Amino acid sequence: MARDSQAALVALNRFGFGARGGASGDLVNASSDPRGFVKAELARASGVLLEAPGLQSTQQLGQAVFAYQDQVKQAREAAKAAAPAETLVPAEQKPALRRNLSLNAAATEIAGQMTEAKPADDAVRPEAMQPNAAAPPAAKPAPQPLNVIQKTFRAEALARLQRATLVACGFTERLVVFWSNHFCISASKGELARIWAGAFEREAIRPHVLGRFADMLRAVEQHPAMLFFLDNQQSLGPDSRAGQNRKRGLNENLAREIMELHTLGVGGGYTQDDVTSLARIITGWTFAGRQAQLGPPGSFVFNINAHQPGPQLLLGRTYEPTGLAQGEAALADIARHPSTANFIATKFVRHFVADDLPPALVARLRDVFVKTDGDLKALAMALVDSDEAWQAPLTKMRSPYDFLVASGQLLARVPEDPSRYLNGLNLLGQPLWSPAGPNGFPDTNAAWAAPEGMKLRLDIAAQIGSRLGSNIDPLDLLEFAAADAASIETRRAVERAESRQQALALLLMSPEMQRR
Amino acid sequence: MTMIDCVENRLLTSRRGLLLGGASFAAWAHLPKFARAADGRDPRLIVVILRGALDGLSTVAPLGDPDYAGLHGSIALAADGAHPAIMLDSFFALHPAMPEFSRMYRDRRAAVIHAVATPYRDRSHFDGQDVLESGYAGPGRVQSGWLNRALEALPRGERVSSGLAIGPTTPLVLRGNAPTVGWAPVALPQADDDTAMRLVDLYRHRDPALAMALSQGLQLDKAASGDDMKRKPGNAVTQMRQVARGAAKLMAADDGPRIAALAFDGWDTHANEGGPVGRLAFLLGGLDGALAEFESGLGDRWRDTVVVVATEFGRTARINGTDGTDHGTGTIALLAGGAVKGGRVISDWPGLKLANLHEGRDLKPTTDLRSVIKGVLQDQFGLSERVLAETVFPDSASAKPMKGLLA
Repeated sequence: MARDSQAALVALNRFGFGARGGASGDLVNASSDPRGFVKAELARASGVLLEAPGLQSTQQLGQAVFAYQDQVKQAREAAKAAAPAETLVPAEQKPALRRNLSLNAAATEIAGQMTEAKPADDAVRPEAMQPNAAAPPAAKPAPQPLNVIQKTFRAEALARLQRATLVACGFTERLVVFWSNHFCISASKGELARIWAGAFEREAIRPHVLGRFADMLRAVEQHPAMLFFLDNQQSLGPDSRAGQNRKRGLNENLAREIMELHTLGVGGGYTQDDVTSLARIITGWTFAGRQAQLGPPGSFVFNINAHQPGPQLLLGRTYEPTGLAQGEAALADIARHPSTANFIATKFVRHFVADDLPPALVARLRDVFVKTDGDLKALAMALVDSDEAWQAPLTKMRSPYDFLVASGQLLARVPEDPSRYLNGLNLLGQPLWSPAGPNGFPDTNAAWAAPEGMKLRLDIAAQIGSRLGSNIDPLDLLEFAAADAASIETRRAVERAESRQQALALLLMSPEMQRR
Repeated sequence: MTMIDCVENRLLTSRRGLLLGGASFAAWAHLPKFARAADGRDPRLIVVILRGALDGLSTVAPLGDPDYAGLHGSIALAADGAHPAIMLDSFFALHPAMPEFSRMYRDRRAAVIHAVATPYRDRSHFDGQDVLESGYAGPGRVQSGWLNRALEALPRGERVSSGLAIGPTTPLVLRGNAPTVGWAPVALPQADDDTAMRLVDLYRHRDPALAMALSQGLQLDKAASGDDMKRKPGNAVTQMRQVARGAAKLMAADDGPRIAALAFDGWDTHANEGGPVGRLAFLLGGLDGALAEFESGLGDRWRDTVVVVATEFGRTARINGTDGTDHGTGTIALLAGGAVKGGRVISDWPGLKLANLHEGRDLKPTTDLRSVIKGVLQDQFGLSERVLAETVFPDSASAKPMKGLLA
């Protein structure tokens, strides 16, 4: 087949994270057989799993966080006990002005002046942001050492970023991100969610990205992170033993989101009664706490004492009281509901092809989903095999995550520290594993091509340019990214930039790098 | 990460993995010797690169040349009007946005070299900057700069810290084997207006939706931070001053770096360059402010300091169709500092008649920038002509060091 740079752009940008720079040859490889290039990744199913040294299971992490919380509690109590022995804090001594400062003193002084002069700027400075804090902290003289939750979050983030930066095409990683956002939790829910965010994706999403939708659905809804995120561990069957002993009762949160966001979709043919039924069906789906009464702390357990007894009518079908199996049967049926097929096909096409959905492609993917009983590899293959996915113009805006990973790939830089990415994602409104609601991050151009977002992207691109631009040849990079599929205008803008730094910023911001 | 951490980390992390301060000073025993035994001076050198090609004819205007006003058209400086240029002598006048440089010039602590250029004669910024900073006669991917090689060539001696690279990355001019330390002011990683305008222009042609979004984003940003030409955190003028202030403070320390290099971006005035007021005036005001910050920040050290301001090439003598200038050749270099024998515009003026212009468009260079820098390096640090011609600026024997630049 003749080289086709335009199709290579589709292969790399629409399906993956774009071309890697350096000696990868991604663009050349993709242009000789674009479809084959994308499909090759789907053939390596084991490549979806992420196992990096030091990454722990949800159960191990649950125990770690319980231990950490105990430590904090003990330290607080010890401090309270010692409080009367208060020591007098000496008044802060102002350093005397000296004519000839030492270099370190000069540096400290400069730092001090800047802190005084511009505290408000912290809010917009990525460097100053903590990855794990919702709001940037005030300037402190000495940073606290990271606790186990922060360390875990960073290690999980780094593993994901390194994987994304190293893969040739990135289609499977894009699928991971898609499904992880579809079945999102938010790390800002609390300490458990933060420490579990990465493990949730590794355990509940990745094994099923090229498997069956029903399996992913069950893994997700039984994962402690999801149960914690949507409060199902608090939900008690009103007639269950626990429900009768305590004042608390049913919490519909998880049941509603399962039907509204995870499977059938709004208007997917369910009623409030169905929500209540499903909520009852999944009562008792929880995770073992620190007391380990039901099992090892941090593991999924079915608590029969919290489970609503009796049969339940859901979507016109009666589910007999079979305990845990009652809910698993219900989820299996919801997973193969026609509304689910339609909802998933629609979301899939919107993500990978266009905001303006090609109806024939949605219909075809829906049929594939139905015929294969939710085989997600078949769904991905059908997308790659479709003509629409190759012919539709590249109009989708890269999300902040896609943009940053694509930039890292092009610059052939494997991150050793996740900070820059985490800070950039915070700044651009896509904090890692922390969407504002259970509907995940938006997936439309309107969300990501917004004025403030574009301005901030430019600032980040300029920052990358000033940091890395002096050592690169921007025209080489343009060849790696798009070759002869680059527009004349982009080529000219890069060629005519007044510095390599500016050229890199313009290249990263070019339509070829922003659209997919 | 707090700001203090940022600043200290950036300062303390040396480009070559060595640490400044404390016990690590032992590692610096072989560092270059700066203080000169003969006259007890402790010289300092700051190299300022203006990226984008400065319009030398608009910065130091040859008002006495009969062809200047016609060629530079609407953006030409004049000795009269609301913003008159400052006469430096009977022929050359300084841009009115540079009162500090003018004062230094009057005090004979600043000088101009006009119609100067590196050996590079083409018009690519990237290659032009490589030649300017590498010190080689032609473009090529060289990984060391002339200032670093000069540092390497200095006699070994007392323990002082090495070259200071100011900014997020070490400029090529200071890259190489000799150790350097880096420092960047925290803050303000905002894209400059020029980059933003270029991107808006690209989007207008290729992606109108993104052009609209980005333009609006930029306007919002401007509305939030006030008029662009006013000082605000993040604008070019404030940044230039802030960078200079921090660098001066570090260099003023007893154990501080004696040599520093930094770059200011944004000099590619291809459109709407402006005359006595406008875009170039705005940038020159920033440069002027930076020079003043160096002076005040270095205090007593200013007496032994030379600041060299250079750019990769100049701009066309004739204005273009968008009230700017295109990539040209001959331009200016500026010297400022207590060590400069100033109050002079040094130039073998080629004239601006069409026949005298380089390729019929640019100010013809009559002085090799390497001669200027070699003169400074020789007088300031005592580097030999042979080292300068073979090591610092390879194959530059024909460009003799300019004599008598320093007092």
